[in-house]
Amino acid sequence: MVNTQRNYDAIVIGAGHNGLTNAAFLAKAGLDVLVLEKNPEIGGATISRELHEGWKYSNCSYVCSLFRPEIYQALDLGRHGLEVVPLQGSTTFMQNGDYFGSYHQGPINRREIRRHSKRDADAAVRFNADLMKWCRLIRGFLLRTPPDPASFKMRDAMEFAHLLKQFYKLSESQIYEFIRFFTMSIAEYLEMYFESDVILAHYSGGSIIGTGLGVYSPGTAYVLLHHAMGDVDGNVGSWGFARGGMGSISKAIAGALQAHGGAIRRDAEVAKINVSGGKATGVTLTNGEEVNAKIVISNLDVQRTFTKIMEEKDLPEDVVTKAKNFKIRGSSGKLNIALDGMPSFPALPKGSPLTLGHMHFTDTLERLERAYDDWKDDMWSQDPYVDIVIPTQYDPTMAPPGKHMMSVFVQYCPVEPEGGWTDEKRDAFGATVINQIADYSPDFKDLLLHAEVRTPREIELEVGLTGGNIFQGELTLDQLMFNRPFPGYAQYRGPVKGMYMCSSSTHPGGGVMGAPGANSAREILRDLGKDNTVPEDFGDD
Amino acid sequence: MTNQTVVIGGGHNGLVCATYLAKAGHKVLLLEARDQLGGPASTTEFAEGFKSSVAHVLHSLNNKVATDLQLGQAGLERGEAVNTIALSADGNHLTLAKNVVSGNGLSESDLATYANFKSDFQAYAKALEPLTMNKPPRLKDMDTQDKFTLGKLGFKLRFGLGKDNMREFLRVGGINIYDVLKDSFESEALMGAIAFDAVMGHHMGPRTPNTVLSYLNHVRGEIYGDQSIPKGGMGQVVNALESAAKKAGVTIRTNAKVAKIKVENSQVTGVQLEGGEQIAATTVVSNADAKQTFINLVGGRQLDAMFSHRVKSVRAKGNVAKLHFAVKGLPKFTGLDENQLCQRLIVCPSLRYAEHAFNAAKYGEFSKNPILEITIPSLKDASMAPDGHHVVSISASFAPYQLKQGWQQGGDDFIATVLSVLEQYAPGISEQIVAKEMLSPVDIEQQYGTSGGHWHHGEIALDQLFMMRPVYGAAQYDTPVDGLFLCGATAHPGGGITGIPGHNAAKRILSMGGR
Repeated sequence: MVNTQRNYDAIVIGAGHNGLTNAAFLAKAGLDVLVLEKNPEIGGATISRELHEGWKYSNCSYVCSLFRPEIYQALDLGRHGLEVVPLQGSTTFMQNGDYFGSYHQGPINRREIRRHSKRDADAAVRFNADLMKWCRLIRGFLLRTPPDPASFKMRDAMEFAHLLKQFYKLSESQIYEFIRFFTMSIAEYLEMYFESDVILAHYSGGSIIGTGLGVYSPGTAYVLLHHAMGDVDGNVGSWGFARGGMGSISKAIAGALQAHGGAIRRDAEVAKINVSGGKATGVTLTNGEEVNAKIVISNLDVQRTFTKIMEEKDLPEDVVTKAKNFKIRGSSGKLNIALDGMPSFPALPKGSPLTLGHMHFTDTLERLERAYDDWKDDMWSQDPYVDIVIPTQYDPTMAPPGKHMMSVFVQYCPVEPEGGWTDEKRDAFGATVINQIADYSPDFKDLLLHAEVRTPREIELEVGLTGGNIFQGELTLDQLMFNRPFPGYAQYRGPVKGMYMCSSSTHPGGGVMGAPGANSAREILRDLGKDNTVPEDFGDD
Repeated sequence: MTNQTVVIGGGHNGLVCATYLAKAGHKVLLLEARDQLGGPASTTEFAEGFKSSVAHVLHSLNNKVATDLQLGQAGLERGEAVNTIALSADGNHLTLAKNVVSGNGLSESDLATYANFKSDFQAYAKALEPLTMNKPPRLKDMDTQDKFTLGKLGFKLRFGLGKDNMREFLRVGGINIYDVLKDSFESEALMGAIAFDAVMGHHMGPRTPNTVLSYLNHVRGEIYGDQSIPKGGMGQVVNALESAAKKAGVTIRTNAKVAKIKVENSQVTGVQLEGGEQIAATTVVSNADAKQTFINLVGGRQLDAMFSHRVKSVRAKGNVAKLHFAVKGLPKFTGLDENQLCQRLIVCPSLRYAEHAFNAAKYGEFSKNPILEITIPSLKDASMAPDGHHVVSISASFAPYQLKQGWQQGGDDFIATVLSVLEQYAPGISEQIVAKEMLSPVDIEQQYGTSGGHWHHGEIALDQLFMMRPVYGAAQYDTPVDGLFLCGATAHPGGGITGIPGHNAAKRILSMGGR
C-alpha cells in the first residue's frame, strides 16, 4: 500500500516506558527516531485513563518505586512534568481485629513493632541494615549490560572483573550472606530474623507481587529487592505516586523524547518486523503501511516479539524455541475502583496516617502460601493477597472533589482458569476481592461506584503483556542477568542484524524502572559508534 | 595424651573417612552408638525373621571410594542394574533405565528426549566433578587447592560442556524441575517419574526452585554406574566397608554413644561417652549432622553466637517415612511379572500428583496421596524373610517431621493411607501382611541420630550447598573448633550412599596435617 519514503534511523515498537526511554536516549544522541504505539494512548502499562466519568485510573502499574533516578536526571523529567509524591508507610490488617503498621519514621515504627514483638524490634534493625546493603550492591548492576559467562571477549571479561570487584568490597561472610539472600525463600529468610506471624507476612508480601512463586519458594527473597530498591534509595522522590497517575511518567519521557526531536505515532500497530538479507529493514503496520529504518527495537516482550511480529524463517531455530519456552505466566489481577467517599477501616485508630500507604489483609505466611497453592492449580486465590492504595488522598486531581480512587493489586490470579476466562468468572474473581476488602471496611460496598476488574486476560488484550505477566517474564534464576531473556542474547541485541530488544524481558527486568530501555540504547549507540548518552549508576557507594 | 583420632558415628561416611585416615597412618577409633554399623544403610530385624534397611537402593557409591578402599575385595558385588518402574493403576507402566525409557503410549519425541535429557544431566554432573570431589573453595582468601578447583571447574564447564551446554546449565541450574520437564516432555506419567527423583527425600515439590539441583544430585550417581541393589542386599555395603576399615587398622566400638565433644580453648581434646567414659583425642571427626555435632555435642556456649544461629537455622526437616511390610507369599502388582518386582517401583503418576503431595507437607500434614518408592529386598536376598514370605520396603513421602497431630497420633493413619494407595497398584496386598513397621522422620531421628530424620542431613538447596554446606565457617570439613571435622552428609556434597563427604573430609584432614 503506502510506503513512507522517509528512512528513520531507528523505530521503537511500543510506547511503554521502556520504549520511550530507549527512544529518548537515541534521540538525545542525534538519531532520527520514531516510536510506534498500537493503542490510541501511549504508556503501555504505565498509563492513566478515564474509565469512569471524572475518575482517572492508573489502571496497570500503580506505584512508582523503581524508576532510576539516573534516568530521571539524564532526561530531565522534572522539567517535563514528572512529580513524585512520597508514599507513607503500609499496614497489614489482622483477622483478630488488630493491625500492624509500618511507618517511615524510625521511632514510631520501632514502637509499633515492639507492640507485636520486642525481639522483632531489634531484629528489624539488623534486617533493614542487611537489606540496605544488598540493595546498594544490586543497584550498581541495574544500569549495566550483563556480561556473557561463556564468552572470551575482552569486554565481557572486564565486566566480570568489575562485578567481582563490587563483590570483593564485601567481607567473606557478607558474600555468603548475599548468596543466601539471593537464593532463599522470603519466608525462610525472614524467619531468621523475625518471630511474629503478622510481621513475617507483612514483609513477605512484596516478594510475591507479580511472581508465579510462593513465599516458601526459593528465589523469592530476591524479588523483595525488586520492590524494596526504590524505598531504600535514600532518594525520597523515588518511591511514591506520580502526580496525575502513572501516565505522567510516560508523558514526561515522551516530552523528553520530543524535545530531542523524536516522533511518536499512535494507533499504529506493527504487524511484522521486515527482514531482508539477514538484516532488519523496518516494519509493516497492520494497515499494510511499511516504515523503513536502519534499526528496529522491540519493546514487546520477547515471546510476542519472536513469535508474533517476526517470522520463523527470519530467525535462528533456537531463538524460536527459546521464545516459546520463555516463562511469562501471569499471576496477578487488578481491581480499579471508584469510590463515593473515603472508606473507613475501623481497626485503625482515628486519624491514623496508615490509609495513606499500602494496605494488606493477609496476616500469616500460611495464608500467603495457600493462596499460591490455588494458583498452581489454575484457580484464583480464594483468600488472595491484595495490595491496596488510595492515591486520591494525595492527588485529588484523579477524582471529583470528595471522591476517591482505589487501586487493588491482587496476587494470585491464573493466566487461564480451567475452561478459560469468561466474563462471569472474571466478575466472580472481582467479587472474591471485594468481599475480602469489605471484611475490613464495613462501608466499602456502599461507597463502591464502579469497579474495573482485570485478570491476566484483560491485561494481555489491552496492554499486550503476554499472559498478563507484569514483569514481561518471570524473575527466576533462569531468566535473570545473563540469562535474561535467553542465554547468549542478554546484551539487548536480537538474533537479526539491526534488531534490538528493550522491554522488561531484558535485564534487569520488570517494574517501572526504565533500565532495560536505557541499557539497550547504550548498546545501540555503541554499535553505531555514537557518543553514549546513557548514564551508568551514580556509583555513590 | 595419645595422638588419637576419634570418628563419631559408623555410618558409611564415617567408615569411609576412618579407613582413609587409618590407611594414611592415623590411629583411628570409631565409635558407634547403635549395636551395629551402617546407620540407615544397616539391616535390622523389624519382625521375627523379617529384615530390612532404611536405605534400600544403592544409587551412587563413588567409584574412586570403592576402588581406593578395595570394596570389591572386601566382598561388595554391585549386582545388576535396577530399573525404575513408574507404576500406573491400569498396569500400563513405564520402565526407566539409565538412558532409555520404555512403555506403551510414549511418543517418539519423548523417547528421544529422555535419552538426551539424561545424558545432559550426566554431563552436568561430570562437569561439576572437580567441585564434588574436593573441599568447596572459599570465595575469599582462597588457598592453592581452592584456586585449582575453581580453575578446573571453569575449564570443565566451558570446554567439557561446550558453550551451548554451559549456558543451558547456568540457565536451568537454579530453577525447578517442573518448568524444565514441561519444556521438554509430553507424557505426564514420564514427567511424574522423573520429578519423583527430584523431590523424594526433600522438602520440595516439582515446582520448587532447587529441584533441578536435587535431581542433578540424584543423577550424579549414574556417572559411577547404574543404580543397583547389591548382591546379598544393602547390608553387604556396610559389611564391605567394615572389613575394609578393620583391614586398615581402624578400631571399632559399637554401643558407644558419644554424649559430648570436649573442647578447651577452642581446641578439641576428646569425647565423653554416655556413662561418663572419657576418651582423649587430638582429632575428632563427626559423621553426625551439623546440629547434632555443634549444638548437642559441642554445645552452643563453646561457639560464636552467629555461628550457632546459622547452624540452628539449617533446614533439615525430613519428609520421608519408611514402611516395612512382612508379607505372606509374593505380592501381585497389576501388570508386573516376578522379574519386574526385583526393580525399584515408584508411585508418582504426574507432576500435579507430586505437587499436591508436597502441598500437605508445607502445613504439617501428611499427603493424602503420597509418593512411594517400593522394593522387595527379599527377592535379592533370601535371608531377609522366612521361606514363602517376603519383605516389602517402602519409602513414603510426604510425611513431615513436624506433623501437626504428632506421629504418635498420626502414625496409624499414615500407614492406612499408604496401604490404600498401594492397593490401587497391588490389589489384595493388605491381606498378605503379617507384620509391619513404620519409621516416621521422628523415629529415624531417634534411631539414627539424624536431626529431623532428613535423608540428606539438610536440604539440597543453593543456600545450603557448596561453600555454604552445612553453613559457611564449617564448609571445608574443618570447623571453628580446632581439630574437629565433619565427614557426613551434612557436609559437601550431601547425602546418598556415596562416600564422597567421608573421602573429602579425610583428604582435608590429611592436608591440614591431621589437625
